[in-house]
Amino acid sequence: MLEIKNISKTFSPGTVNEKKALSDLSLSVKDGDFITIIGSNGAGKSTLFNAVAGSFYVDEGYIFLGGQDITFLEEHKRSRIIGRMFQDPLKGTAPSMSIEENIALAYLRSSEGTSPFSRISSRDKKNFREKLSLLGMGLEDRMRDPVGLLSGGQRQALTLLMATIVTPKLLLLDEHTAALDPGTAEKVIELTKKIVSEGNITCLMITHNMKQALTIGNRTLLMNDGNIVLDVSGKERDSLSTSDLIDKFKKKVGEDLDNDRILLST
Amino acid sequence: MLYIIKTALELGFLYAPVPLALFLSFRILNIADLTTDGCFVLGAAVSVTWAAASHPFLGVPVAMVSGALAGFVTAMLQTRFGVPSILAGIITNFGLYTVNLMVMGWSSNVNLLKTETIFTLFRKTGIFGSFSDIVLVLIITLFASLLLVWFLSTRLGLSIRATGDNPDMVRASSVNPRFTTTVALCIANALTALSGAMVGQYQNTVDINSGTGIVVIALACLIIGETVLGKRSIRKGAIAAITGSIIYRVIYAVVLYTKVVPIQGLKLITALVVAFAIAFPTIKEQTSFLRKKRLATNKLAAKEEDKNA
Repeated sequence: MLEIKNISKTFSPGTVNEKKALSDLSLSVKDGDFITIIGSNGAGKSTLFNAVAGSFYVDEGYIFLGGQDITFLEEHKRSRIIGRMFQDPLKGTAPSMSIEENIALAYLRSSEGTSPFSRISSRDKKNFREKLSLLGMGLEDRMRDPVGLLSGGQRQALTLLMATIVTPKLLLLDEHTAALDPGTAEKVIELTKKIVSEGNITCLMITHNMKQALTIGNRTLLMNDGNIVLDVSGKERDSLSTSDLIDKFKKKVGEDLDNDRILLST
Repeated sequence: MLYIIKTALELGFLYAPVPLALFLSFRILNIADLTTDGCFVLGAAVSVTWAAASHPFLGVPVAMVSGALAGFVTAMLQTRFGVPSILAGIITNFGLYTVNLMVMGWSSNVNLLKTETIFTLFRKTGIFGSFSDIVLVLIITLFASLLLVWFLSTRLGLSIRATGDNPDMVRASSVNPRFTTTVALCIANALTALSGAMVGQYQNTVDINSGTGIVVIALACLIIGETVLGKRSIRKGAIAAITGSIIYRVIYAVVLYTKVVPIQGLKLITALVVAFAIAFPTIKEQTSFLRKKRLATNKLAAKEEDKNA
């Protein structure tokens, strides 16, 4: 499904701020995989997502998605097949537009061939309403409210719906529950699991919660210094505890896992 | 008195497409588009020259297309070549001066003498009597604003609105924000040129300097309208732009007629109104901060006094 071949990315090369964010990273993701990613601060987790989503082009290497070479495809063109969510609930929605209009925008990804001058049809609206009611947040009765009025959790749930309303080939979740309170975060995680499994979506999720990293999905990656240092799946993963994971990291990298958020949440 | 109101309404509708254009570029897209001044003159120049060549009706759409082209240049500068948006507008505006002179046959003004304009032709139909001019500008301006409101509810229109709201999200919805910015600036400048085209034929003349300060006046209109009507929805915003334009022209007419302030002073007053209206949220924030600070200091001083006593 997703094939990443030896990608590298250096920011501000040739200056004192030079930072090698990804170094010769390769990754092969199978169709339907749900992969969790953890790692220290500045390990390159978000950079990896940015590279895949096309926020910048990689210096070296290739990225293939579903057999298509997307290495030099523009970001907005990739977003047709890649859904994405950020930690910040404000990033995924347009605050002054209504819920309905926001979803309609996300639905544009499906509309290759429909006229840019067409409007949201009543059939679309009914479809949006049904999908919204599945979130169980009562948003289906507030379709005309501006999104700016919603809470962080509601906005994040809406963004999840928008990222998946047209089933993407790949879903990238960048700590999408980190800014929410524990109860709401739990709810959004449950929704995520449900939507991903129902749509059989291939998904990569960055998290700082070790337990989540080991219990959700079918494969866990540990990143450090712009590369993947640990890749566990199957039985090995099932038997792994969070402390095993920390030990393994220490053995591999030779230093402690320095992500205060991870350590606090274990 | 009736004459004043009639003139104010006429001028209000004639100039209304400009605040409507700013509603699109400044409010929705969040870009201060300074192409406006030159674009207005471009619209007037094109429409007047076409009228002089006895094509008054054709002159209006051609003027709009020219305006859209000017908007396209500004959009290209900022989306493709990384020129900061305000500077992009200023550069295009500067260059348009020469273009406008060229359109006007290298003279600084062109007058229409005994040539037919859309207004004279419409008067000849005799349907609306002495209200003929006002009806014509009303029809054109309302039609343009209805078209704009409708457009903003289409898929492309939604993308444009989201571009001003959250460009990241637009990219994530497979829409190119460069494209939406370009389309919006073309439409905004076509509207500005439409206003110029109507004004040029209405006054039977175009002057190379007639656009100076149009952008500030239009901003004032937009702000006045929004203060009176609110700016919650797209429809309300469009109505506010037109209403603001009319209110401004009424104020202008009253000042002109009663001479409460010398008419030369109106530009300064307009500038003050615009600066104050845009600065208002910041001023409000600062005064509330100062009040809090004073309260806190007083409280602390009172405590100290208690301790000493």
